[in-house]
Amino acid sequence: MADPIMLESSEPMNKEITRHELSFVRRYLFSTDHKVIAKQYLTLSLFWAVIGAATAYLIRWQIAHPDTEAFGWGYIEPQVYNSLVTMHGTIMVFFVAMPLLLSVFGNFLIPLMIGAKDMAFPKLNALSFWIFLLSSLVLFVSFFVPGGAAAAGWTGYPPLSAKNEYTGGSYGMDLWLLSLALEFASFLLGGINFLTTTMNMRAPGLTWFRLPVIVWMQLTAAVIFMLSVGPLVAGAILLLMDRNLGTTFYLADGGGDPLLWQHLFWFFGHPEVYVLLLPGVGIILEVIAVFARKPVFAFRPIIYATIVAGFLSFIVWAHHQYISGMDPRLAMPFSITTIIISVPFALIIFSIIATLWGSNMSLKSPMLFALGTLGVFIFGGLTGIFNGSAPVDIYIHDTYFVVAHFHYTLFSNVFFGGFAGIYFWFPKMFGRMMNETLGKIHFWLTFLFFNGVFIPMHLVGLRGMMRRIANPMQYEFLKPIEPLNMFITMMAILLILSQLVFVINFFWSLMRGQVAEDNPWQSNTLEWTTSSPPPHENFDTTPAVYRWPYDYSLPDAPADWLPQNNSDPSANAAER
Amino acid sequence: MQSWFPENVSTYGGDVDSIFWFIFYIVTIWFFITEGLILYFIFRYRRKPGRSAVYATGDTWSQLAWVLAPIAIVVVLDVLIDMRGADVWAKVKGQRPPAEIVVRGVGKQFNWEFVYPGPDGKFGSEDDLATDNELHVPVGKVIHVLLSSKDVIHSFFLPHFRLKQDAVPGRQIPVWFEATRTGEFEIPCAELCGFGHSGMNGKVLVHSPEDFQKWINEKWPTQ
Repeated sequence: MADPIMLESSEPMNKEITRHELSFVRRYLFSTDHKVIAKQYLTLSLFWAVIGAATAYLIRWQIAHPDTEAFGWGYIEPQVYNSLVTMHGTIMVFFVAMPLLLSVFGNFLIPLMIGAKDMAFPKLNALSFWIFLLSSLVLFVSFFVPGGAAAAGWTGYPPLSAKNEYTGGSYGMDLWLLSLALEFASFLLGGINFLTTTMNMRAPGLTWFRLPVIVWMQLTAAVIFMLSVGPLVAGAILLLMDRNLGTTFYLADGGGDPLLWQHLFWFFGHPEVYVLLLPGVGIILEVIAVFARKPVFAFRPIIYATIVAGFLSFIVWAHHQYISGMDPRLAMPFSITTIIISVPFALIIFSIIATLWGSNMSLKSPMLFALGTLGVFIFGGLTGIFNGSAPVDIYIHDTYFVVAHFHYTLFSNVFFGGFAGIYFWFPKMFGRMMNETLGKIHFWLTFLFFNGVFIPMHLVGLRGMMRRIANPMQYEFLKPIEPLNMFITMMAILLILSQLVFVINFFWSLMRGQVAEDNPWQSNTLEWTTSSPPPHENFDTTPAVYRWPYDYSLPDAPADWLPQNNSDPSANAAER
Repeated sequence: MQSWFPENVSTYGGDVDSIFWFIFYIVTIWFFITEGLILYFIFRYRRKPGRSAVYATGDTWSQLAWVLAPIAIVVVLDVLIDMRGADVWAKVKGQRPPAEIVVRGVGKQFNWEFVYPGPDGKFGSEDDLATDNELHVPVGKVIHVLLSSKDVIHSFFLPHFRLKQDAVPGRQIPVWFEATRTGEFEIPCAELCGFGHSGMNGKVLVHSPEDFQKWINEKWPTQ
């Protein structure tokens, strides 16, 4: 592998002096600047979040007021309902969570945090965005093709997804598979870039254990994704062949097995949970350290735990399949691995709580969202223990208890964690501060209505309400939950509406927000040592790193923060 | 809150519920400990002029013990949950007690079809009886249902019996239950199976031994 120092010194030394203004198109559309690409991903993922919220609204309307005309849409046909359920999951997981947590924050932060000018492969980076855009287009178009969007659930289980006559979707299903395959290609390119960049382009003095924890989390997520996605892409191609070429990989009457897909899907699908989780945990660790003015507690153990959890995430997948028809004797081994994987995450969570102890905490909006992530995620982690227990899963599998559980884990990471990251890095991204009052209002409304939606949803699930049914009133035993479902829907609509506060704050701050200093939060990591927003190629001179990122409140230090490029020998940096 | 669950009418439903409650008490305690600590720290350590945070990195074992000790407790509790769970899992899904009545349950878009072998006890013979969405069983007998599917994956869900099992094309998956009281209980499909998924709903009719005999006499009058 080429020597990074050589690569950098082989470029003209006076490059930033000859930096010239690029046209709007070159600068914002066909840019290879990692910061612009991050903003492109941000725009697209927020667009998808709006569509995802709209699908959520329609689903909730139908459940609370079955077979009435939804306000602003009309009557929701059963087939359309299945499409909405399918697309809600697909959009939120693959087109909001992944681009937001991985592509936006990974792209924006990794080069800045390691003191690099850009990604190792800027053009590959741009290509990965354009493939993602193409994949987005394919998915978007699938809403409008004959037969509608895919309707086999976001897990796309065959045989429902394998034959048009089963009504899991026709052209929509093919486009769904195509768009996922494209998206995975895009994220593979992104992951390669993250890894190569971090391995080769770290600033002098930036050893592996001086990397901020979010970079570790992004890298681990990229590796998990790269190693798990292959089987699913292969599986998706087999499914496309079953659909279009007459093969029978998943069709029992031709000698295939529907369970094959479930194994391929969850072999990817469970590691994917950690692909989404880790960057969110990284965000809140960075934010909490800064606003608590404390080092991340157990920094190295957290990194080791992250890597261990990454490995373990490959051997827990069948806990999604306890009652799928696989051999019941497999349930216990997978229960045990599922329990083992709780250990590294317990370590991470307890370490975050320990970081709060003895702190000097200010509750600005990024911190509120970070603490919200922590509080909500713990709830979701605890309800996961019910799902992980095979006998309890017999009853709660495929009920709203599971839906409530994974919204507690995913919504906390993607939205609470994502908002924490946006409020925190907005000044660096756009050079202006977000409005603090609106931020606080946004947090409290989101927190209130989120719990208003999903705490009652656990109860609905415990009553036995199945996932993906359009009308619970068709069942005698579900009659008592009607008022609860109406309440959930009301809360969900309020939750969606309260995001308008964020939208207003975002655009208002973009135009009129207070101009940001270089380091408004007095943070240690390298991205805050350059201007807000950073220039093309980020740093005027490559920063040199002298310490780890978490020297907050170091005894005898001149201030309660010491940036990583601070070489002051009087501030004892120990072995870091 | 037990009354919020559908009434339990199977011999093993109570075991499933007891694991649920066992986990419920454990996680409720953890919930209050963790969230309580977070809230306490938020109030206790709010920023004040002149205060400075403690520089605690967790690099020494004595510091790390604050994290490792609770993890040890987590592991012990996890193992307890799994050991108790394994017994219940084995009871419901593992070894099935010998069948007193065997029925085939076939999922198809969008009905449950049940096939009784008839007096000869053999499937595929002339005295088989197929019903749509109605599973007639006697109370207090071990019923085996051999699940399969004609088209897509369905999930055989008996909420009042705490039983759920996917019905998969190409496989025959046996499940069992024994009812503890007579009555009618629903059998929804719990796996998305197409546009008619919502409303795919059968009924298990649990009869007293006499009523069940009457039903048999009615269906196979030559007996």
